[in-house]
Amino acid sequence: MELVKKLENNQSLQYIIGLGCIFLVSLICYLFINIIGYHVVALILLLAVSVLAMFLETFPIVIIAIASALIWNFLFIQPRSTLSITTPEDALLFLMYFVVAVMNGVFTSRIRKAEAVARQRKEKEKTLQLYNTMLNSLSHELKTPISTIIGAVDTLKMNSGKISEDNKTELYSEIELAGNRLYRQVNNLLSMSRLESNFFRLQLDWYDIKEIVNTVIVNNPKESHKINLLSSEDLPLFKIDGPLIEQVIHNIVHNALEYTPAGSEINISVNFEAGSLVIQICDNGRGFPEDKLEQVFEKFYRLPDTATGGTGLGLSIARGFTNAHNGTITLENLSSGGAKFTISIPAEVTTLNMMQDE
Amino acid sequence: MNKGEILIIDDEPQIRKLLKIVLESNDYKVVQAVDGMEGLHLAANHSPELIILDLGLPDRNGHEILKDLRNWFEKSIIILSVLDSEEDIVKALDNGATDYLTKPFRTGELLARIRSSMRLNQNIELQQTICADDLEIDLTSRNVYKDKEMVKLTSTEYNLLVLLAKNQGRVLTHQYLLKSIWGPGAQTETQYLRVFIAQLRKKLEKDPNKPQHFITESGVGYRFL
Repeated sequence: MELVKKLENNQSLQYIIGLGCIFLVSLICYLFINIIGYHVVALILLLAVSVLAMFLETFPIVIIAIASALIWNFLFIQPRSTLSITTPEDALLFLMYFVVAVMNGVFTSRIRKAEAVARQRKEKEKTLQLYNTMLNSLSHELKTPISTIIGAVDTLKMNSGKISEDNKTELYSEIELAGNRLYRQVNNLLSMSRLESNFFRLQLDWYDIKEIVNTVIVNNPKESHKINLLSSEDLPLFKIDGPLIEQVIHNIVHNALEYTPAGSEINISVNFEAGSLVIQICDNGRGFPEDKLEQVFEKFYRLPDTATGGTGLGLSIARGFTNAHNGTITLENLSSGGAKFTISIPAEVTTLNMMQDE
Repeated sequence: MNKGEILIIDDEPQIRKLLKIVLESNDYKVVQAVDGMEGLHLAANHSPELIILDLGLPDRNGHEILKDLRNWFEKSIIILSVLDSEEDIVKALDNGATDYLTKPFRTGELLARIRSSMRLNQNIELQQTICADDLEIDLTSRNVYKDKEMVKLTSTEYNLLVLLAKNQGRVLTHQYLLKSIWGPGAQTETQYLRVFIAQLRKKLEKDPNKPQHFITESGVGYRFL
């Protein structure tokens, strides 16, 4: 495949390889000329030209076809080692070989070109479709909270005398929720564009991973769910980009809180295994559809039939930040039900001897 | 009852209006500036108790305004900005900002930060004990008590605790903490800080996993509450 790619932009390489193949085939045929006869050689050479036409551009293939006709004439048609042809039958054969070889080459290469154009168009359509899905989902996800805020404020302003205190409180908390939701989504979009910009770089420093996980737990309070940190007492400090790793864990935990039923439990375990920081986040919810385990990390992908309120960016940001650390993030379903995310990040570690202080 | 004058330097009318309402309804007096130059003038003429400074100003970079102010303005400056990268926060704090709050902010949080920043204006050097909920630090005898029981700290742990506690409510950057406790050569040795904060939490927090006193500011530093 590598060679095919190289061939694409390099015409001189196309000539060298094409002519080389023809010479090689001719040479082999020349050794067996007494067994196979020169008519069969013509067919073998035609085959070689057809095969080459699948990889080369039109102009080189025409040159190679002409070259193969001349070689056939020179090496195989009597009298050999000359370009002259003596019998009318051979002249006709040579002419036909010439035409078939050139046509074969030209058509194959044209068909290939047409196919490439069709493929490009299809890809373009797919990108356009993805873009439209993204735009639809985005405008929906951004406009819903904005509508909530504007609508709630209008209601409060116009009918302030007629609304019960309870309803007022409810409208206020709707405004608050909508604001938080907008903030989260804008942040996700900013993280995504930061990730895709060329200015993105890691800021590595020593971090206590348990401290990071605890921050995530404290920042995600939800009465209906329980989040536990399971880890061995003495973990080393890891050299990572702390705020980014915090975001990775936050996004996965946030996802689990959103999409697992009330009463579910989320267990986060952190370990140091074979030079890598390994973070596992398990929940006991319903898990993911088996055929979507990879797709959920795609940008803007959302599982069908999920509640509104997300942009489909959380997990792809998590994967992006993990990849930026040369790490991996995988998702599997647990046999006991629920999902398990495994984040593995190769990282330098250090352990400080506490006794050096006093 | 007037709790002091606060200068707002922010070019966004909506934010100024919101801040004015919040602050005035909490008995602060408010002065407003729409850009950096006006801010510097008003700070000189009014000598407010506290300045709330936005970093994205139309005329001059907020970081520069902060540096200018710090040449002579000794009271608290709180940065209130949409810039939320750790780099900006650390830079502002190292340039002398008392505290940093990112937009969008919760007004409750802002008021708490204003209160603790104003407390820092008072001379804390004269204090003999610092209290925070269940913790008590006796600065003269160098003893620390948790729920009235004495806790044994190493001298580095104690120094770190006192530095944080004297700046109660305020975020101190990693670099500042490292330089103050371990000297100028240790400014990048964040690992010391991680280990000692973990130790302090183990000894002084009710639940070291859910710290109430030693608060992490991701990528920036620590805050003692």
